[in-house]
Amino acid sequence: MFFPIVWMFAASFKTEVEAIATPPLFLFTPTLENYREVFARADYLGFALNSVVVSLGATVAALALAIPAAFAMALYPTKRTRGTLLWMLSTKMLPPVGVLVPIYLIARETALLDTRTGLIIMFALSNLPIVVWMLFTFFKETPKDIIEASRIDGASVLQVITVVLLPLVTPGIASTALLSIILCWNEAFWSLNLSAHDAAPLTAFIASFSAPEGLFWAKLSAASTMAIAPILVLGWASQRQLVRGLTFGAVK
Amino acid sequence: MQTPKAILAGLAQRRGLGGRVATLPLVGPSVVLLLVFSLVPLAMTLWFSFQRYNLLNPAISGFAGLANYRFLLEDSSLYSALLVSVGLVLAVLAISVGLGTVLAALFETRFPGRGIARVLMISPFFVMPTVSALIWKNLLMHPVNGLFAWICRSLGLPVIDFFGAIPLTAVVIIVAWQWLPFAFLILLTALQSLDEETLEAASIDGAGPLAVFFHIQIPHMGRAISVVVMMETIFLLSVFAEIYVTTSGGPGLATTNLAFLIYQRALLAFNVGGASAAGVIAIILANIMAAFLLRSVARRLDV
Repeated sequence: MFFPIVWMFAASFKTEVEAIATPPLFLFTPTLENYREVFARADYLGFALNSVVVSLGATVAALALAIPAAFAMALYPTKRTRGTLLWMLSTKMLPPVGVLVPIYLIARETALLDTRTGLIIMFALSNLPIVVWMLFTFFKETPKDIIEASRIDGASVLQVITVVLLPLVTPGIASTALLSIILCWNEAFWSLNLSAHDAAPLTAFIASFSAPEGLFWAKLSAASTMAIAPILVLGWASQRQLVRGLTFGAVK
Repeated sequence: MQTPKAILAGLAQRRGLGGRVATLPLVGPSVVLLLVFSLVPLAMTLWFSFQRYNLLNPAISGFAGLANYRFLLEDSSLYSALLVSVGLVLAVLAISVGLGTVLAALFETRFPGRGIARVLMISPFFVMPTVSALIWKNLLMHPVNGLFAWICRSLGLPVIDFFGAIPLTAVVIIVAWQWLPFAFLILLTALQSLDEETLEAASIDGAGPLAVFFHIQIPHMGRAISVVVMMETIFLLSVFAEIYVTTSGGPGLATTNLAFLIYQRALLAFNVGGASAAGVIAIILANIMAAFLLRSVARRLDV
Protein backbone atom coordinates (compact mmCIF):
# COMPACT_ATOMS: atom_id res chain seq x y z
CA MET A 1 0.00 0.00 0.00
CA PHE A 2 2.84 2.38 0.75
CA PHE A 3 4.87 1.43 -2.29
CA PRO A 4 3.47 4.05 -4.73
CA ILE A 5 4.47 6.76 -2.25
CA VAL A 6 7.99 5.32 -1.95
CA TRP A 7 8.26 5.05 -5.73
CA MET A 8 7.19 8.66 -6.13
CA PHE A 9 9.64 9.74 -3.44
CA ALA A 10 12.45 7.91 -5.25
CA ALA A 11 11.49 9.40 -8.61
CA SER A 12 11.66 12.88 -7.15
CA PHE A 13 15.44 12.44 -6.79
CA LYS A 14 15.98 11.13 -10.32
CA THR A 15 16.71 13.11 -13.45
CA GLU A 16 13.87 13.31 -15.98
CA VAL A 17 15.61 10.73 -18.16
CA GLU A 18 16.11 8.33 -15.24
CA ALA A 19 12.49 8.74 -14.14
CA ILE A 20 11.09 7.37 -17.41
CA ALA A 21 13.86 4.83 -17.98
CA THR A 22 12.92 1.24 -18.78
CA PRO A 23 13.90 -0.97 -17.10
CA PRO A 24 13.23 1.27 -14.12
CA LEU A 25 16.19 2.33 -12.05
CA PHE A 26 16.27 1.12 -8.48
CA LEU A 27 19.78 2.43 -7.89
CA PHE A 28 20.74 5.90 -9.02
CA THR A 29 22.64 8.95 -7.87
CA PRO A 30 20.08 11.16 -6.12
CA THR A 31 19.79 14.74 -7.33
CA LEU A 32 18.04 17.70 -5.76
CA GLU A 33 17.68 19.34 -9.18
CA ASN A 34 13.89 18.73 -9.35
CA TYR A 35 13.23 20.38 -6.03
CA ARG A 36 15.37 23.32 -7.06
CA GLU A 37 13.48 23.67 -10.33
CA VAL A 38 10.05 23.37 -8.77
CA PHE A 39 11.00 26.08 -6.29
CA ALA A 40 12.48 28.18 -9.05
CA ARG A 41 9.07 28.36 -10.69
CA ALA A 42 8.06 31.61 -9.08
CA ASP A 43 4.47 30.51 -8.67
CA TYR A 44 5.11 27.31 -6.71
CA LEU A 45 5.40 29.19 -3.44
CA GLY A 46 2.23 31.05 -4.35
CA PHE A 47 0.29 27.79 -4.67
CA ALA A 48 1.76 26.48 -1.43
CA LEU A 49 0.88 29.72 0.33
CA ASN A 50 -2.68 29.48 -1.00
CA SER A 51 -2.98 25.98 0.45
CA VAL A 52 -1.71 27.13 3.84
CA VAL A 53 -3.84 30.27 4.01
CA VAL A 54 -7.00 28.57 2.80
CA SER A 55 -6.64 25.51 5.08
CA LEU A 56 -5.83 27.52 8.18
CA GLY A 57 -8.36 30.24 7.42
CA ALA A 58 -11.19 27.80 6.83
CA THR A 59 -10.27 25.82 9.95
CA VAL A 60 -10.20 28.90 12.19
CA ALA A 61 -13.51 30.10 10.76
CA ALA A 62 -15.16 26.70 11.21
CA LEU A 63 -13.87 26.38 14.79
CA ALA A 64 -15.06 29.89 15.69
CA LEU A 65 -18.57 28.96 14.56
CA ALA A 66 -18.56 25.43 15.88
CA ILE A 67 -17.08 25.76 19.38
CA PRO A 68 -19.98 27.81 20.82
CA ALA A 69 -22.52 25.64 19.01
CA ALA A 70 -20.99 22.35 20.19
CA PHE A 71 -20.60 23.74 23.71
CA ALA A 72 -24.27 24.65 23.92
CA MET A 73 -25.50 21.40 22.42
CA ALA A 74 -23.23 19.13 24.46
CA LEU A 75 -23.74 20.75 27.85
CA TYR A 76 -27.16 22.37 27.58
CA PRO A 77 -29.12 20.04 25.32
CA THR A 78 -32.69 21.04 24.54
CA LYS A 79 -35.51 19.25 22.80
CA ARG A 80 -34.23 20.47 19.48
CA THR A 81 -30.56 19.51 19.92
CA ARG A 82 -30.91 16.02 18.54
CA GLY A 83 -32.78 17.21 15.48
CA THR A 84 -30.28 20.02 14.89
CA LEU A 85 -27.32 17.66 15.00
CA LEU A 86 -28.89 15.19 12.61
CA TRP A 87 -29.93 17.98 10.28
CA MET A 88 -26.35 19.30 10.22
CA LEU A 89 -25.15 15.82 9.34
CA SER A 90 -27.74 15.59 6.58
CA THR A 91 -26.43 18.76 4.88
CA LYS A 92 -23.20 16.83 4.36
CA MET A 93 -25.17 14.37 2.23
CA LEU A 94 -25.82 17.01 -0.38
CA PRO A 95 -23.41 16.03 -3.19
CA PRO A 96 -21.16 18.94 -4.19
CA VAL A 97 -21.87 18.40 -7.89
CA GLY A 98 -25.56 18.90 -7.25
CA VAL A 99 -24.89 22.51 -6.27
CA LEU A 100 -21.87 23.15 -8.50
CA VAL A 101 -23.80 25.39 -10.90
CA PRO A 102 -25.37 27.77 -8.36
CA ILE A 103 -22.23 27.97 -6.22
CA TYR A 104 -20.16 28.77 -9.30
CA LEU A 105 -22.61 31.45 -10.40
CA ILE A 106 -22.86 32.97 -6.91
CA ALA A 107 -19.07 33.07 -6.65
CA ARG A 108 -18.88 34.73 -10.04
CA GLU A 109 -21.52 37.34 -9.20
CA THR A 110 -19.93 38.19 -5.85
CA ALA A 111 -16.42 38.35 -7.36
CA LEU A 112 -15.32 35.51 -5.06
CA LEU A 113 -14.32 33.27 -7.96
CA ASP A 114 -10.61 32.46 -7.82
CA THR A 115 -10.10 34.24 -4.49
CA ARG A 116 -8.79 32.79 -1.26
CA THR A 117 -11.77 34.26 0.59
CA GLY A 118 -14.11 32.33 -1.67
CA LEU A 119 -12.34 29.04 -1.00
CA ILE A 120 -12.14 29.76 2.74
CA ILE A 121 -15.91 30.32 2.90
CA MET A 122 -16.58 27.16 0.87
CA PHE A 123 -14.26 24.94 2.91
CA ALA A 124 -15.33 26.34 6.28
CA LEU A 125 -19.01 25.78 5.55
CA SER A 126 -18.61 22.38 3.96
CA ASN A 127 -16.58 21.13 6.93
CA LEU A 128 -18.74 22.83 9.56
CA PRO A 129 -21.01 19.81 10.18
CA ILE A 130 -18.03 17.48 10.72
CA VAL A 131 -16.33 20.02 13.00
CA VAL A 132 -19.47 20.56 15.10
CA TRP A 133 -20.01 16.81 15.44
CA MET A 134 -16.45 16.02 16.40
CA LEU A 135 -16.33 18.81 18.99
CA PHE A 136 -19.73 17.73 20.28
CA THR A 137 -18.47 14.21 21.01
CA PHE A 138 -15.41 15.63 22.81
CA PHE A 139 -17.39 18.20 24.81
CA LYS A 140 -19.86 15.56 25.96
CA GLU A 141 -17.00 13.84 27.77
CA THR A 142 -15.96 16.86 29.85
CA PRO A 143 -16.79 16.62 33.54
CA LYS A 144 -19.98 18.59 33.98
CA ASP A 145 -19.46 19.32 37.68
CA ILE A 146 -16.65 21.75 36.98
CA ILE A 147 -18.73 23.77 34.55
CA GLU A 148 -21.72 23.63 36.87
CA ALA A 149 -19.59 24.87 39.77
CA SER A 150 -18.13 27.74 37.81
CA ARG A 151 -21.60 28.82 36.71
CA ILE A 152 -22.83 28.77 40.33
CA ASP A 153 -19.78 30.85 41.25
CA GLY A 154 -21.11 33.47 38.86
CA ALA A 155 -19.02 33.04 35.74
CA SER A 156 -20.57 34.26 32.50
CA VAL A 157 -21.05 31.94 29.53
CA LEU A 158 -18.10 33.53 27.74
CA GLN A 159 -15.93 33.06 30.83
CA VAL A 160 -17.02 29.45 31.15
CA ILE A 161 -16.08 28.75 27.55
CA THR A 162 -12.75 30.56 27.55
CA VAL A 163 -11.46 29.95 31.09
CA VAL A 164 -12.97 26.62 32.11
CA LEU A 165 -13.97 24.66 29.03
CA LEU A 166 -11.25 25.44 26.50
CA PRO A 167 -8.28 24.30 28.63
CA LEU A 168 -10.15 21.05 29.37
CA VAL A 169 -10.92 20.25 25.77
CA THR A 170 -7.74 21.50 24.09
CA PRO A 171 -6.78 17.99 22.89
CA GLY A 172 -10.20 17.51 21.34
CA ILE A 173 -10.10 20.88 19.62
CA ALA A 174 -6.58 20.17 18.37
CA SER A 175 -7.62 16.88 16.76
CA THR A 176 -10.68 18.53 15.25
CA ALA A 177 -8.51 21.31 13.82
CA LEU A 178 -6.14 18.70 12.40
CA LEU A 179 -8.95 16.84 10.66
CA SER A 180 -10.27 20.08 9.23
CA ILE A 181 -6.82 21.09 7.96
CA ILE A 182 -6.32 17.68 6.34
CA LEU A 183 -9.72 17.81 4.62
CA CYS A 184 -9.14 21.37 3.36
CA TRP A 185 -5.60 20.67 2.18
CA ASN A 186 -6.67 17.68 0.10
CA GLU A 187 -9.99 19.11 -1.12
CA ALA A 188 -9.98 18.95 -4.90
CA PHE A 189 -13.53 19.41 -6.21
CA TRP A 190 -14.11 23.01 -5.24
CA SER A 191 -10.50 24.07 -5.63
CA LEU A 192 -10.45 22.76 -9.22
CA ASN A 193 -13.76 24.36 -10.10
CA LEU A 194 -13.64 27.65 -8.21
CA SER A 195 -10.03 28.67 -8.63
CA ALA A 196 -7.97 29.24 -11.75
CA HIS A 197 -4.61 30.68 -10.84
CA ASP A 198 -4.66 33.44 -8.25
CA ALA A 199 -6.17 31.38 -5.45
CA ALA A 200 -5.33 27.90 -6.73
CA PRO A 201 -3.99 25.65 -3.95
CA LEU A 202 -1.55 22.76 -4.42
CA THR A 203 -4.27 20.27 -5.44
CA ALA A 204 -4.97 22.41 -8.50
CA PHE A 205 -1.27 23.04 -9.17
CA ILE A 206 -0.56 19.30 -9.26
CA ALA A 207 -3.53 18.80 -11.57
CA SER A 208 -1.81 21.09 -14.09
CA PHE A 209 0.77 18.32 -14.57
CA SER A 210 -1.92 16.20 -16.22
CA ALA A 211 -1.55 18.13 -19.47
CA PRO A 212 0.16 15.86 -22.02
CA GLU A 213 2.86 18.40 -22.84
CA GLY A 214 3.74 18.73 -19.18
CA LEU A 215 4.85 15.19 -18.56
CA PHE A 216 7.84 15.76 -16.36
CA TRP A 217 7.72 12.79 -14.04
CA ALA A 218 10.63 13.70 -11.83
CA LYS A 219 9.36 17.24 -11.30
CA LEU A 220 5.82 15.98 -10.79
CA SER A 221 7.19 13.64 -8.12
CA ALA A 222 9.16 16.38 -6.40
CA ALA A 223 6.20 18.77 -6.37
CA SER A 224 3.90 15.97 -5.15
CA THR A 225 6.27 14.92 -2.39
CA MET A 226 6.35 18.46 -1.05
CA ALA A 227 2.59 18.82 -1.41
CA ILE A 228 1.73 15.70 0.60
CA ALA A 229 4.54 15.62 3.18
CA PRO A 230 3.04 18.00 5.78
CA ILE A 231 -0.38 16.33 5.69
CA LEU A 232 1.11 12.84 5.83
CA VAL A 233 2.90 13.77 9.05
CA LEU A 234 -0.22 15.41 10.54
CA GLY A 235 -2.26 12.36 9.58
CA TRP A 236 0.17 9.95 11.21
CA ALA A 237 0.15 12.00 14.38
CA SER A 238 -3.60 12.10 14.73
CA GLN A 239 -4.85 8.85 13.18
CA ARG A 240 -6.74 7.65 16.27
CA GLN A 241 -8.69 10.81 16.92
CA LEU A 242 -9.55 11.18 13.24
CA VAL A 243 -11.75 8.10 13.33
CA ARG A 244 -14.19 9.87 15.59
CA GLY A 245 -14.56 12.82 13.23
CA LEU A 246 -14.74 10.73 10.08
CA THR A 247 -17.53 8.56 11.48
CA PHE A 248 -19.44 11.38 13.19
CA GLY A 249 -18.68 9.85 16.57
CA ALA A 250 -20.17 6.47 15.67
CA VAL A 251 -16.81 4.72 16.09
CA LYS A 252 -14.36 5.82 18.78
CA MET B 1 -36.18 14.43 54.63
CA GLN B 2 -34.26 14.92 51.43
CA THR B 3 -30.52 14.52 51.51
CA PRO B 4 -28.53 17.64 50.60
CA LYS B 5 -27.20 15.81 47.57
CA ALA B 6 -30.67 15.09 46.28
CA ILE B 7 -31.68 18.71 46.76
CA LEU B 8 -28.63 19.88 44.85
CA ALA B 9 -29.32 17.39 42.10
CA GLY B 10 -32.91 18.61 41.89
CA LEU B 11 -31.73 22.18 41.71
CA ALA B 12 -29.24 21.42 39.00
CA GLN B 13 -31.89 19.58 37.04
CA ARG B 14 -34.37 22.41 37.27
CA ARG B 15 -31.92 25.13 36.42
CA GLY B 16 -29.71 23.27 33.97
CA LEU B 17 -26.01 23.14 34.72
CA GLY B 18 -25.57 25.96 37.18
CA GLY B 19 -28.20 28.26 35.82
CA ARG B 20 -29.84 28.86 32.50
CA VAL B 21 -27.80 29.48 29.42
CA ALA B 22 -29.26 31.06 26.34
CA THR B 23 -28.24 28.46 23.77
CA LEU B 24 -29.76 30.22 20.77
CA PRO B 25 -26.99 32.81 20.25
CA LEU B 26 -24.41 30.04 20.53
CA VAL B 27 -25.99 27.57 18.12
CA GLY B 28 -27.73 30.13 15.92
CA PRO B 29 -24.86 31.36 13.73
CA SER B 30 -23.85 27.85 12.67
CA VAL B 31 -27.43 26.83 11.97
CA VAL B 32 -28.29 29.96 9.98
CA LEU B 33 -25.12 29.79 7.87
CA LEU B 34 -25.57 26.10 7.14
CA LEU B 35 -29.22 26.67 6.33
CA VAL B 36 -28.35 29.39 3.82
CA PHE B 37 -25.44 27.37 2.47
CA SER B 38 -27.54 24.30 1.82
CA LEU B 39 -30.97 25.67 0.94
CA VAL B 40 -30.09 28.56 -1.36
CA PRO B 41 -27.94 26.53 -3.80
CA LEU B 42 -30.43 23.68 -3.63
CA ALA B 43 -33.32 25.98 -4.50
CA MET B 44 -31.28 27.54 -7.30
CA THR B 45 -30.42 24.15 -8.76
CA LEU B 46 -34.09 23.23 -8.77
CA TRP B 47 -35.07 26.58 -10.33
CA PHE B 48 -32.39 26.40 -13.05
CA SER B 49 -33.38 22.86 -13.91
CA PHE B 50 -36.70 24.21 -15.19
CA GLN B 51 -35.12 27.11 -17.09
CA ARG B 52 -33.62 27.56 -20.51
CA TYR B 53 -30.28 29.00 -19.47
CA ASN B 54 -26.98 28.99 -21.34
CA LEU B 55 -24.10 31.11 -20.12
CA LEU B 56 -22.77 31.67 -23.63
CA ASN B 57 -26.04 32.59 -25.24
CA PRO B 58 -28.19 35.03 -23.24
CA ALA B 59 -30.81 34.92 -26.00
CA ILE B 60 -31.82 31.47 -24.79
CA SER B 61 -33.92 32.06 -21.71
CA GLY B 62 -37.27 31.52 -20.15
CA PHE B 63 -39.24 28.75 -18.55
CA ALA B 64 -38.39 25.36 -19.98
CA GLY B 65 -40.84 23.21 -18.10
CA LEU B 66 -39.64 19.66 -18.11
CA ALA B 67 -37.62 20.08 -21.30
CA ASN B 68 -34.24 19.83 -19.57
CA TYR B 69 -35.32 16.62 -17.87
CA ARG B 70 -36.86 15.20 -21.03
CA PHE B 71 -33.69 15.96 -22.98
CA LEU B 72 -31.57 14.42 -20.23
CA LEU B 73 -33.69 11.30 -19.90
CA GLU B 74 -33.58 10.75 -23.66
CA ASP B 75 -29.79 11.11 -23.65
CA SER B 76 -27.95 7.83 -23.36
CA SER B 77 -24.97 9.53 -21.71
CA LEU B 78 -27.06 10.00 -18.54
CA TYR B 79 -27.60 6.25 -18.20
CA SER B 80 -23.98 5.53 -18.99
CA ALA B 81 -22.92 8.06 -16.33
CA LEU B 82 -25.31 6.53 -13.79
CA LEU B 83 -23.89 3.09 -14.52
CA VAL B 84 -20.31 4.35 -14.17
CA SER B 85 -21.17 6.11 -10.89
CA VAL B 86 -22.83 3.06 -9.37
CA GLY B 87 -20.22 0.65 -10.74
CA LEU B 88 -17.39 2.76 -9.33
CA VAL B 89 -19.04 2.94 -5.91
CA LEU B 90 -19.79 -0.79 -5.76
CA ALA B 91 -16.35 -1.90 -6.96
CA VAL B 92 -14.45 0.39 -4.58
CA LEU B 93 -16.75 -0.57 -1.71
CA ALA B 94 -16.20 -4.28 -2.35
CA ILE B 95 -12.43 -3.87 -2.44
CA SER B 96 -12.06 -1.48 0.47
CA VAL B 97 -14.53 -3.12 2.85
CA GLY B 98 -13.56 -6.68 1.89
CA LEU B 99 -9.82 -6.19 2.18
CA GLY B 100 -10.24 -3.69 5.03
CA THR B 101 -12.01 -6.28 7.20
CA VAL B 102 -9.35 -8.92 6.61
CA LEU B 103 -6.47 -6.49 7.11
CA ALA B 104 -8.00 -5.08 10.29
CA ALA B 105 -8.23 -8.61 11.71
CA LEU B 106 -4.61 -9.29 10.70
CA PHE B 107 -3.41 -6.10 12.36
CA GLU B 108 -5.20 -7.09 15.56
CA THR B 109 -2.71 -9.91 16.03
CA ARG B 110 0.58 -8.87 17.54
CA PHE B 111 3.58 -8.86 15.24
CA PRO B 112 6.86 -6.96 15.30
CA GLY B 113 6.70 -3.60 13.56
CA ARG B 114 2.91 -3.43 13.76
CA GLY B 115 2.87 0.25 14.65
CA ILE B 116 4.92 1.26 11.64
CA ALA B 117 3.07 -1.12 9.33
CA ARG B 118 -0.23 0.47 10.39
CA VAL B 119 1.09 3.97 9.70
CA LEU B 120 2.24 2.89 6.23
CA MET B 121 -1.12 1.19 5.58
CA ILE B 122 -3.20 4.28 6.24
CA SER B 123 -0.93 6.76 4.47
CA PRO B 124 -2.64 6.76 1.05
CA PHE B 125 -5.73 8.28 2.66
CA PHE B 126 -3.77 11.45 3.40
CA VAL B 127 -2.46 11.85 -0.15
CA MET B 128 -4.36 14.49 -2.11
CA PRO B 129 -6.46 12.95 -4.92
CA THR B 130 -4.67 14.78 -7.73
CA VAL B 131 -1.31 13.45 -6.55
CA SER B 132 -2.40 9.85 -6.18
CA ALA B 133 -4.14 9.86 -9.55
CA LEU B 134 -1.14 11.29 -11.42
CA ILE B 135 1.41 9.07 -9.69
CA TRP B 136 -0.59 5.97 -10.54
CA LYS B 137 -1.33 7.11 -14.06
CA ASN B 138 2.25 8.00 -14.97
CA LEU B 139 4.81 6.29 -12.76
CA LEU B 140 2.96 3.00 -12.36
CA MET B 141 0.35 2.48 -15.08
CA HIS B 142 1.96 4.16 -18.08
CA PRO B 143 1.90 1.60 -20.94
CA VAL B 144 5.49 2.34 -22.05
CA ASN B 145 7.51 3.75 -19.18
CA GLY B 146 5.39 2.68 -16.21
CA LEU B 147 6.57 0.23 -13.60
CA PHE B 148 3.72 -2.23 -14.25
CA ALA B 149 4.50 -2.31 -17.96
CA TRP B 150 8.09 -3.24 -17.16
CA ILE B 151 6.98 -5.95 -14.70
CA CYS B 152 4.63 -7.43 -17.31
CA ARG B 153 7.35 -7.40 -19.98
CA SER B 154 9.91 -9.01 -17.65
CA LEU B 155 7.45 -11.77 -16.86
CA GLY B 156 6.76 -12.26 -20.54
CA LEU B 157 3.15 -11.13 -20.15
CA PRO B 158 1.37 -8.73 -22.50
CA VAL B 159 1.55 -5.12 -21.33
CA ILE B 160 -1.76 -3.78 -20.04
CA ASP B 161 -2.76 -0.41 -21.45
CA PHE B 162 -4.67 0.57 -18.31
CA PHE B 163 -6.29 3.77 -19.50
CA GLY B 164 -6.86 2.54 -23.04
CA ALA B 165 -8.14 -0.98 -22.54
CA ILE B 166 -9.59 -1.00 -19.02
CA PRO B 167 -10.04 2.68 -18.09
CA LEU B 168 -12.77 2.21 -15.50
CA THR B 169 -10.83 -0.57 -13.77
CA ALA B 170 -7.80 1.72 -13.66
CA VAL B 171 -9.84 4.48 -11.99
CA VAL B 172 -11.30 1.92 -9.58
CA ILE B 173 -7.79 0.78 -8.59
CA ILE B 174 -6.66 4.34 -7.87
CA VAL B 175 -9.77 5.26 -5.89
CA ALA B 176 -9.70 1.98 -3.98
CA TRP B 177 -6.06 2.62 -3.06
CA GLN B 178 -7.19 5.87 -1.44
CA TRP B 179 -10.23 4.50 0.36
CA LEU B 180 -9.03 1.10 1.57
CA PRO B 181 -6.97 2.84 4.30
CA PHE B 182 -10.09 4.70 5.44
CA ALA B 183 -12.04 1.45 5.84
CA PHE B 184 -9.03 -0.23 7.43
CA LEU B 185 -8.46 2.53 10.00
CA ILE B 186 -12.08 2.64 11.11
CA LEU B 187 -12.53 -1.13 11.22
CA LEU B 188 -9.31 -1.55 13.17
CA THR B 189 -10.42 1.05 15.70
CA ALA B 190 -13.73 -0.77 16.07
CA LEU B 191 -11.95 -4.10 16.49
CA GLN B 192 -9.75 -2.75 19.24
CA SER B 193 -12.79 -2.06 21.38
CA LEU B 194 -13.53 -5.79 21.37
CA ASP B 195 -13.46 -7.25 24.85
CA GLU B 196 -10.27 -9.23 25.58
CA GLU B 197 -12.27 -11.64 27.71
CA THR B 198 -14.57 -12.56 24.83
CA LEU B 199 -11.56 -13.54 22.76
CA GLU B 200 -10.05 -15.49 25.66
CA ALA B 201 -13.28 -17.34 26.27
CA ALA B 202 -13.50 -18.21 22.59
CA SER B 203 -9.98 -19.58 22.50
CA ILE B 204 -10.61 -21.62 25.65
CA ASP B 205 -13.67 -23.05 23.91
CA GLY B 206 -11.34 -24.10 21.13
CA ALA B 207 -12.24 -21.54 18.45
CA GLY B 208 -9.57 -21.17 15.76
CA PRO B 209 -8.58 -17.85 14.21
CA LEU B 210 -11.04 -18.32 11.34
CA ALA B 211 -13.92 -19.05 13.70
CA VAL B 212 -12.99 -16.00 15.76
CA PHE B 213 -12.89 -13.87 12.60
CA PHE B 214 -16.27 -14.97 11.26
CA HIS B 215 -18.23 -15.44 14.47
CA ILE B 216 -16.80 -12.79 16.79
CA GLN B 217 -14.83 -10.13 14.96
CA ILE B 218 -17.08 -9.61 11.93
CA PRO B 219 -20.29 -9.33 14.00
CA HIS B 220 -18.46 -6.92 16.33
CA MET B 221 -17.45 -4.76 13.38
CA GLY B 222 -21.00 -4.72 12.00
CA ARG B 223 -21.79 -1.18 13.06
CA ALA B 224 -18.44 0.16 11.87
CA ILE B 225 -18.85 -1.62 8.54
CA SER B 226 -22.22 0.01 7.99
CA VAL B 227 -20.76 3.43 8.80
CA VAL B 228 -17.85 2.85 6.39
CA VAL B 229 -20.20 1.73 3.62
CA MET B 230 -22.38 4.79 4.00
CA MET B 231 -19.56 7.33 4.35
CA GLU B 232 -17.66 5.91 1.40
CA THR B 233 -20.80 5.80 -0.72
CA ILE B 234 -21.38 9.50 -0.18
CA PHE B 235 -17.81 10.42 -1.08
CA LEU B 236 -17.49 7.93 -3.93
CA LEU B 237 -20.64 9.16 -5.68
CA SER B 238 -18.80 12.48 -6.05
CA VAL B 239 -15.43 11.17 -7.27
CA PHE B 240 -14.20 13.91 -9.55
CA ALA B 241 -10.53 14.90 -9.31
CA GLU B 242 -9.24 11.40 -10.09
CA ILE B 243 -11.23 11.33 -13.34
CA TYR B 244 -10.40 14.95 -14.13
CA VAL B 245 -6.63 14.39 -14.14
CA THR B 246 -6.47 10.87 -15.59
CA THR B 247 -9.08 10.21 -18.28
CA SER B 248 -11.24 13.35 -18.50
CA GLY B 249 -14.17 10.98 -18.62
CA GLY B 250 -12.94 9.01 -21.62
CA PRO B 251 -12.22 7.22 -23.75
CA GLY B 252 -15.69 8.04 -25.03
CA LEU B 253 -17.89 7.96 -21.97
CA ALA B 254 -16.12 5.00 -20.36
CA THR B 255 -15.20 6.84 -17.17
CA THR B 256 -17.73 9.69 -17.16
CA ASN B 257 -19.62 9.45 -13.90
CA LEU B 258 -22.52 11.70 -12.92
CA ALA B 259 -20.22 14.22 -11.21
CA PHE B 260 -18.06 14.55 -14.29
CA LEU B 261 -21.06 14.72 -16.63
CA ILE B 262 -22.47 17.66 -14.66
CA TYR B 263 -19.10 19.39 -14.71
CA GLN B 264 -18.90 18.97 -18.49
CA ARG B 265 -22.42 20.24 -19.07
CA ALA B 266 -22.04 23.20 -16.73
CA LEU B 267 -18.51 24.51 -17.02
CA LEU B 268 -17.46 23.23 -20.42
CA ALA B 269 -20.74 23.45 -22.35
CA PHE B 270 -22.17 26.26 -20.19
CA ASN B 271 -25.56 24.58 -20.26
CA VAL B 272 -26.84 25.63 -16.85
CA GLY B 273 -30.33 24.23 -17.30
CA GLY B 274 -29.20 20.78 -18.38
CA ALA B 275 -26.46 20.58 -15.78
CA SER B 276 -28.91 21.56 -13.05
CA ALA B 277 -31.35 18.87 -14.08
CA ALA B 278 -28.52 16.34 -13.82
CA GLY B 279 -27.61 17.90 -10.46
CA VAL B 280 -31.13 17.25 -9.19
CA ILE B 281 -30.76 13.61 -10.21
CA ALA B 282 -27.42 13.41 -8.36
CA ILE B 283 -29.03 14.90 -5.25
CA ILE B 284 -31.88 12.40 -5.37
CA LEU B 285 -29.41 9.52 -5.73
CA ALA B 286 -27.33 10.75 -2.79
CA ASN B 287 -30.41 11.24 -0.65
CA ILE B 288 -31.51 7.66 -1.11
CA MET B 289 -28.10 6.60 0.24
CA ALA B 290 -28.15 9.23 2.97
CA ALA B 291 -31.48 8.09 4.35
CA PHE B 292 -29.85 4.83 5.41
CA LEU B 293 -26.84 6.50 7.02
CA LEU B 294 -28.90 9.01 8.95
CA ARG B 295 -31.09 6.28 10.34
CA SER B 296 -28.14 4.18 11.52
CA VAL B 297 -26.42 7.18 13.14
CA ALA B 298 -29.63 8.49 14.70
CA ARG B 299 -30.23 5.20 16.47
CA ARG B 300 -27.00 5.56 18.43
CA LEU B 301 -27.14 9.27 19.20
CA ASP B 302 -27.48 9.75 22.95
CA VAL B 303 -28.59 13.33 23.43
